[in-house]
Formats: sequence, structure tokens, C-alpha cells
Amino acid sequence: MADKDVLAIVQMDGGKPAKAGLEALGAARELADALGGGTLAAVLGEKAGGAADELAAHGADLILYSEDPGLVPCMAEAHAGLLAAVISEAGPRAVVMGHTLRAKDLAGRLSAALDAPAATDCVAISADGGDIVATRPMYGGKVFARVALKAAPALLFLRPNVFSPSREAGKGAVREISHPVPEPRAKVESFEPRPAGKVELTEADVVVSGGRGMGGPDFSVLEELAAELSGAVGASRSAVDEGWRPHSDQVGQTGKTVSPTLYVACGISGAVQHLAGMSTSKVVVAVNKDPEAPIFSKADYGVVGDLFEVVPALTEAIRKRKG
Amino acid sequence: MDIIVLIKQVPDTGAAVSIAADGASIAAEGLKWVVNPYDEYAVEEALRINEAAGGGTVTVVSAGEARAAQAVRAALAMGADRGVLVNDPALSGADSLGVAKALAKAVSGMDFGLILAGSRAVDDEAGLVGPMVAQLLDIPHVSMATTVSLEGDSVLVEAATDGGTAVVRAPLPALVTAEKGLNEPRFASMMGIMKAKKKPLEEKDLSALGLSAEDVAAKSAVAAMSPPPARPPGKMISGDTPEQLAENLAAALADEAKVI
Ligand SMILES: Cc1cc2nc3c(=O)[nH]c(=O)nc-3n(C[C@H](O)[C@H](O)[C@H](O)COP(=O)(O)OP(=O)(O)OC[C@H]3O[C@@H](n4cnc5c(N)ncnc54)[C@H](O)[C@@H]3O)c2cc1C
Ligand SMILES: Nc1ncnc2c1ncn2[C@@H]1O[C@H](COP(=O)(O)O)[C@@H](O)[C@H]1O
Repeated sequence: MADKDVLAIVQMDGGKPAKAGLEALGAARELADALGGGTLAAVLGEKAGGAADELAAHGADLILYSEDPGLVPCMAEAHAGLLAAVISEAGPRAVVMGHTLRAKDLAGRLSAALDAPAATDCVAISADGGDIVATRPMYGGKVFARVALKAAPALLFLRPNVFSPSREAGKGAVREISHPVPEPRAKVESFEPRPAGKVELTEADVVVSGGRGMGGPDFSVLEELAAELSGAVGASRSAVDEGWRPHSDQVGQTGKTVSPTLYVACGISGAVQHLAGMSTSKVVVAVNKDPEAPIFSKADYGVVGDLFEVVPALTEAIRKRKG
Repeated sequence: MDIIVLIKQVPDTGAAVSIAADGASIAAEGLKWVVNPYDEYAVEEALRINEAAGGGTVTVVSAGEARAAQAVRAALAMGADRGVLVNDPALSGADSLGVAKALAKAVSGMDFGLILAGSRAVDDEAGLVGPMVAQLLDIPHVSMATTVSLEGDSVLVEAATDGGTAVVRAPLPALVTAEKGLNEPRFASMMGIMKAKKKPLEEKDLSALGLSAEDVAAKSAVAAMSPPPARPPGKMISGDTPEQLAENLAAALADEAKVI
């Protein structure tokens, strides 16, 4: 029965399903199992059909794909138009997608196109009676709300790094999407890819952030630690406003929300607006020379010291451990 | 150009937030209310566009309770020309989609070339309403703009997306949402604040927009709120030298937390 199904929208990244896409599929599978329905995966873009085996191995019962050239580059109008048609036809109870930058562009349009309720930045989802319930931080993470989505399909956008891919295989049927892709009016004129090897902040497993305590634009000690841990470098608003780092590196209420396995705050005092962007990180480390800095009360491990001494020593200690 | 800016009144980001007796909303008493920071970028950008062009109007539109008029006045004090406040009891439990429907209806009768909104509101942290309004009005949108420029009958926007930064061109009329980095909003001058008191601010309820409560009925609602999950008390790492501190921290991260 379709009305118990859950559909995951899986994004592609360099010809493979994106990490956030597999997380969405894992969450979809879990929700579908709770509802007693099937798990669908919709995958759009270049080489989407080639992802079928991997999606089946990660829980998809039915894979719907489209490699229509109109889907590249990813424009919200084209994707929302096509997805609205696919979702209306499949009739699932819920739709799940990673809350990546593209999803942020798409979410509102898709919700309005389907006249369906949406919850963004979810950190937990469940089925509760007739409702789908999403847990999501509000007010800069000062409260967690349980939001009941009463109508179908419930659109759920998941905070990256919070949900896990499924280890159970699905039935793995494959069908090509035949709906036409609408022509988007907004068009990409040029695109500058992120430098190779640089991890996107919101999806990084490790984030090393620097604040006003960096004292200037030289973040090399943090970059070396981040490189050692294959992580990304973030910044507080003070560091961004000083012009030391680009706006796209800012973590916090008026910046990015990150949820890495490890967050290392260096020379950051721990203002509420900064905490808003990193408080769901699994393990938080603070390095600050002021033992009274508020960040220590939000950290799992605190080090009182000069970051310019502690951070390079930490990089070295980790390097040694790896042997 | 005639530009519409969607602004929302939100609690100050520094405010301590407590959960109300109903367990599903925040206690409003004693909160300081401000214009959503992202919407200030949107207002500022609208003003700059028209200042550069030497003409045009800026209309701010907000949906909210009576107190949201202060937020509209704050935008008028920055330099916007007129304000519209959509205030109706039926909107008090509305979800993003209901608010977007009211806003779309409110602006659909106006002349505009561009609508600016914030990329997200720092109360519900949804990031939905801007693109929803674009969809409901059937116009293109670009979200999370870090630069905006007008070229003839289109708008050119730089915005971050997965994998890099894109420059997107959308034909007008279009909707653009503002990200941090777009500009540095001005402070209202004394003169601006005085002038704002005399600028037109129209209040409308849903029936004035030709909408019923049913048209904006919520399909989602906050069922309960709770404080964020508590983090177990942290540990201070000990050591007499930076090397010792680093070694002990690395050991804790590897052996205890198992994250490296
Ligand atoms: C509307 C609004 C939105 C905001 N949004 C954000 C946001 O998104 N993100 C954000 O981060 N902030 C945001 N802020 C700003 C926030 O309130 C703080 O001002 C900011 O986070 C402080 O940055 P900081 O911790 O780097 O600087 P500070 O508070 O100045 O702290 C610097 C710290 O570095 C330590 N230090 C100095 N030197 C060293 C050293 N050598 N070694 C170790 N430690 C050292 C000091 O002890 C101090 O604790 C916002 C504010 C407002 C009003
Ligand atoms: N009640 C409202 N009145 C006017 N604009 C709003 C309202 N709610 C949201 N918006 C606009 O939509 C943006 C995103 O809001 P949200 O989807 O709530 O995160 C805000 O930055 C505003 O520009």
C-alpha cells in the first residue's frame, strides 16, 4: 500500500549517491519499516541509473531514476517540478531528503507545489499514530520541537551527519522516470567548484573552527589539524566579520549549521549564536586560554591554553598515534 | 524598480528562550523582538538597488501579530517606503505554507519587479517561506544570495550550492533570498526613525486578502517543545605543557570518545 511507503530523494555527488542521500535512504527505510510500507528512492541527474545497485544494497525496494539532461545543473524549478509529479504518482506517506544546500533551495518550492507540509533540519523522525513526527531544533537550538505533520506526503529534510545509511538490502526494482522535466526560468551562468580536497562544512565529519582568538587571517594551524583529520575549517562570526575567513565558513545562527562527529572550537568564547550552529555535534572540544570561557560548559573536552601552542601539538600527537 | 521585502519579527538571537505553559510554544513575555537578521540584509539590498538606480519603491510586507508593526516600522526607518502588516488570529497557528499563502496573496495585487526575503527566520529556522512564495506566485527564485545585481530585465545572483558557488540569472519578476555576506545593513538614523512614523503602514486581515482561515489552515504543528538534550558534563584535560595537554586530549579522543 503506497500510503505506507516512504520515498527518499537521493542526490548524486560526482557520479555516486551523495553521503546525505544514503543517510536519507537509511532514515526512509527505518520509517517505512515502522509504517509497514516499502522504501522508494528517487535519484535524479547524471549517471543516476548507475546508482541503482548501491541504492538497492542500502535499502531501496524501488529505484526511480532520471538522467534527463535538463536536471543538470540542479535548478529547484526543474527538480521540484519533476519530483512533484513523481511523488504525486507514487503517493508515499513521507518523503525524506538530506538538508543540503540544494535541498534548502528546493524544499519550499516542492512543499508549495505539492501543497504538503515540510519540516527542515530534522534530527529525528518517527511515525506516531496517524502523524509523522519530526524533531527539529528551533530558536538557535535553544529548544527542540516535535512537529506533527498531519497531511501526506510529509516532507522531511534531514540534518546531515545525524542519520545512518541502512545496512539492509531492499528489493531493488528499477524504473526510469518518464515525466518531462520542466524548463527552469532561473539558469546557471557560471559555476566555480569548491577546491578539490576541500570538504563541505555542513557535511564534514570533523570541523575545526577558529574565532577571534586566531588574532588574524592565518588559520594554518587549524588547516593542518583539519587536514590530518580529513575535516573542514569553520569560523565564528567575529573571525568572518574581521575578514579573516569567507562568509561561507561561518558557523552559527546566521551561518552554517554543522553536526560533525568531532567539533574543535579554537579561540571561540561560546556565544549563544555560535552554539546555535554546532550544538548537535557528537563530541565538542574547546581550546581557549580563558578558563572562564562559556564554551567550556558546552564542551566534552576542554583544554585551557594558547591555541597556537596546543593545536599544533595536537596535530602532531594525532599524527604520531596514526604511526 | 518596485521591490517587495518580506520581513518577519523574531526574538532577539541573544534572548533566553523559555517554553510556555502549553509546552508547545515559547513564553513571549519579556522577550526583545527584532527584525529577523537575514531580512535586514534583504531590506538593505532593496534600498541599495534603488539608490543605485536612482528610483523605485521598497514595500515591506510582514505577517504577524500587532507587535510586528514595530518590525515594519524599523524597516521603514532604514528607508523603505511603505509597509503592509497581515494580521489575523487565524494565522497564529499557521505553518510555513499557510504564512506563504497569505504573503503570496498579499503581494499578488502589487506591482513589483523583485521580491527579497531572508534565507531563513531565526525563530522557526525553517528556510521555507521565500521559495514557497515564489512557487505560489509562479515566478523563478534564487536562494541564499551573497551578491545581487540587476541587468536589464533579469537579476544576476551569486549563491553557494552543493559543490561550489554558482552565478544564476533569473528573469524578472523573481524572488531572491538573502544570505549573510550579502551586505552590511545600515542603522536607522534619527531622521529615518522620525520619517518612518509618517510613512504608510497598512494592516490587513485575511478577508481583506480574499482568504479564509481554511485557506491557510496548518498541515503541520508543533506538538511539544523540550529543552535541548543535555550534554554530559565535560572534562578538563590536564597537563603541564602544550605537548602533554595535546597528548592527553588525543588519547581521550581516540580511546574514550573513539572519534579519531
Ligand atoms: C544577530 C546576531 C547573529 C549572530 N550570528 C553568529 C553566528 O552565526 N556565528 C557566530 O559565531 N557568532 C554570531 N554572532 C556573534 C556572537 O554573539 C559572538 O559575538 C561571536 O560568536 C564571538 O566570536 P568569538 O568567540 O570568535 O570571539 P570572542 O567572543 O571575542 O572570543 C574570543 C575567544 O578567544 C579566546 N582566545 C584569545 N586568544 C586566544 C589564544 N591565543 N588561544 C586560545 N584562546 C584564545 C578568548 O579567551 C575568547 O574566549 C551573532 C550575533 C548577533 C547579534
Ligand atoms: N510571517 C512572515 N512575514 C513576512 N515574511 C516572512 C514571514 N515568515 C517568513 N518570512 C520570510 O521568509 C523567510 C524565511 O522564513 P522561514 O521559512 O520561516 O525560515 C524570512 O526570512 C522572511 O523573509
